[in-house]
Amino acid sequence: MTLTGWLTILIFAAVLTGTAAPLGRYMARLYSGERVLLTPILGRPEALLYRAIGVDPKRGQDWKAYARSLLLFSLLGWLLLYLILRTQTLWDFTGLNPMGFHSAPWDVTFNTTSSFLTNTNWQYYSGETTMSYFSQMAGLAVQNWLSAAVGIAVAVALVRGIVGRTGKSIGNFWSDLVRTILYVMLPLAVVFALVLASQGVIESFSSYLHVRTLTGLSQTIAMGPVASQEVVKMLGTNGGGFFNVNSAHPFENPNAFTNLVEMWLVLIIPAALIFMYGRMCGNRRQGYAIFGVVMTLFLAGAAVAYIAEAEGSPAQHAAGLRTAARAGSSGGNLEGKEQRFGIAESALFDVVTTVTSCGAVNSSLESYTGIGGAVPFANLSASETIFGGVGTGLYSLLLYVLLAVFIGGLMVGRTPEWLGKKLEAREIKLAGLGVLITPLAALLCSAAATASAAGRTSISKAAVGTPQAFSETFYAYLSQANNNGSAFAGYSGFAQPLAGNLHSHGIVMADILGGFDMLLARYLPILLVLAVAGSLAGKRVAPSGLGTMRTDNPTFALLLTAVIVIVGALTFFPALLLGPIVQGLTGHLY
Amino acid sequence: MSERRARSLLSRELALRAAIDSVRKLDPRIQIRNPVMFVVEIGALITTVTWLIQVGGGSALGGSDPAWYTLTISIWLWLTVLFANAAEAFAEGRGRAQAQALRAMRKETLARLRDGSSVPASELQRGDVVIVEAGELIPGDGTVIEGIASVDESAITGESAPVIRESGGDRSAVTGGTKVISDRLVVEITQEPGRSFLDRMIALVEGAQRRKTPNEIALGILLAALTLIFVVVVATLRPFALFAGSSISDTSLISLLVALIPTTIGALLSAIGIAGMDRLVRRNVLALSGRAVEASGDVDVLLLDKTGTITVGNRLASELIPMPGVGETDLAEAAQLASLADETPEGRSIVVLAKRYGIREHEMSDLHAQFVPFSAQTRMSGVDVGGSQIRKGAGEAVIAFVEAEGGHPPPELHAQLERGAGEGGTPLAVARDSQVLGVIHLKDTIKEGMRQRFEHLRSMGIRTVMVTGDNALTAAKIAGESGVDDYLAEATPERKLALIREQQHAGYMVAMTGDGTNDAPALAQADVGVAMNTGTQAAREAGNMVDLDSNPTKLIEIVEVGKQLLITRGALTTFSIANDVAKYFAILPAIFVAAWATGPHQRSPLHALNIMGLGDPRSAVISAIVFNALIIPLLIPLALRGVRYRPVGAGALLRRNLLIYGLGGLIAPFAGIKLIDLLVHNVLGA
Repeated sequence: MTLTGWLTILIFAAVLTGTAAPLGRYMARLYSGERVLLTPILGRPEALLYRAIGVDPKRGQDWKAYARSLLLFSLLGWLLLYLILRTQTLWDFTGLNPMGFHSAPWDVTFNTTSSFLTNTNWQYYSGETTMSYFSQMAGLAVQNWLSAAVGIAVAVALVRGIVGRTGKSIGNFWSDLVRTILYVMLPLAVVFALVLASQGVIESFSSYLHVRTLTGLSQTIAMGPVASQEVVKMLGTNGGGFFNVNSAHPFENPNAFTNLVEMWLVLIIPAALIFMYGRMCGNRRQGYAIFGVVMTLFLAGAAVAYIAEAEGSPAQHAAGLRTAARAGSSGGNLEGKEQRFGIAESALFDVVTTVTSCGAVNSSLESYTGIGGAVPFANLSASETIFGGVGTGLYSLLLYVLLAVFIGGLMVGRTPEWLGKKLEAREIKLAGLGVLITPLAALLCSAAATASAAGRTSISKAAVGTPQAFSETFYAYLSQANNNGSAFAGYSGFAQPLAGNLHSHGIVMADILGGFDMLLARYLPILLVLAVAGSLAGKRVAPSGLGTMRTDNPTFALLLTAVIVIVGALTFFPALLLGPIVQGLTGHLY
Repeated sequence: MSERRARSLLSRELALRAAIDSVRKLDPRIQIRNPVMFVVEIGALITTVTWLIQVGGGSALGGSDPAWYTLTISIWLWLTVLFANAAEAFAEGRGRAQAQALRAMRKETLARLRDGSSVPASELQRGDVVIVEAGELIPGDGTVIEGIASVDESAITGESAPVIRESGGDRSAVTGGTKVISDRLVVEITQEPGRSFLDRMIALVEGAQRRKTPNEIALGILLAALTLIFVVVVATLRPFALFAGSSISDTSLISLLVALIPTTIGALLSAIGIAGMDRLVRRNVLALSGRAVEASGDVDVLLLDKTGTITVGNRLASELIPMPGVGETDLAEAAQLASLADETPEGRSIVVLAKRYGIREHEMSDLHAQFVPFSAQTRMSGVDVGGSQIRKGAGEAVIAFVEAEGGHPPPELHAQLERGAGEGGTPLAVARDSQVLGVIHLKDTIKEGMRQRFEHLRSMGIRTVMVTGDNALTAAKIAGESGVDDYLAEATPERKLALIREQQHAGYMVAMTGDGTNDAPALAQADVGVAMNTGTQAAREAGNMVDLDSNPTKLIEIVEVGKQLLITRGALTTFSIANDVAKYFAILPAIFVAAWATGPHQRSPLHALNIMGLGDPRSAVISAIVFNALIIPLLIPLALRGVRYRPVGAGALLRRNLLIYGLGGLIAPFAGIKLIDLLVHNVLGA
């Protein structure tokens, strides 16, 4: 470990906090329908868009109408994306398929489509050997925008339900969608695409380059319109890399500076949403308390990962690889990490993208030490409550807040109230189910995959018979259930002998199981969250008094932390024991 | 209930009955109502079948457990279910014993109808009119329509002093099963057959009509959700463990499941609810639904009548202030004369005060005076004696009287009247014919300890509002002296109702006490309406609780019981979940004993997690299950008594309970399981 390493982590956290607060204020105004900084510029295009899709943004929807709009929009998006990906050669006339790639098999496409619709961006395929530029731009990137906006819309709707004083309306889905894209994502994306491009992230339609290397070998260098996609991949916590190696690729993430920018892009909206929540419920301290909880858990994960990677594993020590990190020598476990990032920025990137639903990687997770590798597992076990994906993070977290309020509220001797609204059987039922679904999906899919021969064929040959085999299988379904998309690489759902998909075939079990894992764990919680919003929206608000439990002080923050940690730990501890924890405890190298 | 009766409830008979009931409750049709314990029962059944198969020479699924291990687990799982049943049976039993005592006094009496015929009391219809003589039991709930009598209500209230019941007014309600001691009453029956007060009370304490309360349902759902997730966690563990080369027997998996699901709170949940009702009954409060008890914990605003609640019954005369040119003794004598026939406490207090001014007592009969009683129209009373009219009454009324007689009230009168009202008293003016003699100050006396009680309520987060018919000045003065937070002056039944609605609209939960018929609408509107048992039938029907002691400050205790109910649930839930951490550390290393085993001893690296140093895998599992089972009977007393409520504010309360039940729940099982393991492993050699 080095001082620079620790400072990087702390300064990153400080910058994030400092920038998220004003963005949160901006978003609170935006979603309350007030004028914001960009209204003079974007007001007209916004109005035009409403007219084009034929909606009245002022007409509120109850939760069912909101959910119907959302599901319809998602279904159409799914069909469109599936169609584009399955008809890749049909679009050659655009000139955006310079390498002449064919479509991937149906089951892989099913998985990929579900993956991008759900903001997961789990990739069984490699971008540079599977996707045309057209598919990347008109297909995948579009969903990078839309799936992010859908998640944010749901979070905003939930907050409206929580603070709502009148009636059933939880906002208008179409207006939330349009505003999110126009006012929040677009300005950030434009600015930071340029920043990334200035640092060397490419934006090119050229066909792949063939070069002769210094050692005389020939090499193909994949190209593409990367910068425009890279920015939304991070900003929308999507994480689907343009290239197979994702943010480890120099064209996606050229240097330590872009690495910091990309991490900031991942967390800025999830962090700002928490401040937005505090503003919208009229008590900023609500936001601060929750932010404190989340930031603490985040930093704890980053610290564990950094220490573990800087120290190396017992196996490495047993093999005589005891390297300490000192100034000038990064030391530690550098396997699978990029020298240009080093251990601290790799460990931090890993934590940033696994607490959120981003899942981008700049180092290879399966090469982490047992304990370092347990950190992304633990982050996923928290079911997106530690910042989480854009929108998904806030609404998942708020479900846990609801449960914490219920248990804590009982202990002060009143029917539990959340911001003045009584929590009753209906909310507990909906929130309880909402919290259950992601862990249930992850466990059941992993069980099906480990217990069946069809599931075990996806395991990489090198890992068979080792805890790594369990880790990569379990991680695959845990990651897909969390709509994360990062992988303990090795678990495959696609056999591709040649670039361009000729003679390739999918592994049906992995593709379909994973696809449903993602879809169920995305849309069922969304429906339940919207139902919670609807249920809370019409409730009478009781003023708070001396006997009311506060939800904006350290005691509550502690309770919330305990609920998140204990629920996650109790659910996943047994499974984690068999994977990363075993690996962390042995002197064996897997 | 009296203390003596309460204590006798803990008899051996009760324990025996509870034991029988806990076995009877093993019926799956009863168990399924409690999903957590139902899962345990299924587990117990499976392990029993497994044991039978093993004894019969078969082999258990997924492992090579010895039969004694399966049997031991099986026995403790059955015990877990039985302990849970016992908790509920015990709570019910205590109620049932009370019901028995009540039922004993519901002797079958013959009711004498007004037309002379007799019918059995149980067949009385609403509207029947019965006659009850001294020494007879009143056959059913009703309203006195004729007569006045002293009634012994000790059977239901435990209060031995007889009370007066009379027709009209606020003391007209009588309860079936109580005894007329003197005189004779004519009572109109107001109950349907089988729906009498006593019937409802019996049904209530027996728990026969017990329905789950809203909060209990919500918590039940949360516990069911936790159970569901643990079922999946444990079910998926078999393929995971097999994948890791470790096979786990059904018995061990079921043990893990039972250890994880929230059995502690699951087992005690219904006992907590029943015991909460029971605690109220012990305080002589009869809640007509569990929902009302729960709601009482949420009360934000408490409406209290001034008279009789905050102040001692009535106002008493404290000072006489003569007008200029009038002698003190002159005023005192006039005041005394005007009050001689006034039998109200106010009137009597004036006579007492006059004595202090040296006025000897007059005998009404000696004076040949004509007494003029108080009427709502004149708002005055007095006497006509020796040709002059002496009147006392409200300031305006007396001014009007004097002006009608051709007099002019002196300007000092207004000053004195206002001063009196400003000091929280009620000034009465005294006049003789056209001359105003002076002012009598009547003052309220605030009951002792009220200020502390209101502070207590404030620290519970409850605002008190005093309701009084007095004018605003008087009300403000008394409010200030007694320490209530707010007041409603010049209250009428309509204004009272409006105030409750207004508070409810602002989101507050309102509680009030009342006894009069005109309180009925407000009692019905309030979230928690406590009717005094001495009150009218209308008031008792309108409220959702009846206080048999008719003590208006009983609400403090009611609120505490309501809060205790929720706190106990929350605390035991927290304890239950916190326990799981230790159980994981006990059971998981034990069942993963062969997972990814390496090295010469083929030991799993996960043995490092056996941080408690438990003897061996089987002893570890048994210890966890034994702890899990034993904690239930250990906590039954807490569940029945309730976690203590302290009025220290929500923050401090939460911190305290988190520390005791959260942190305590985290640590306690580590010690408990280790101790049991020492016994099981070393002494019994398991």
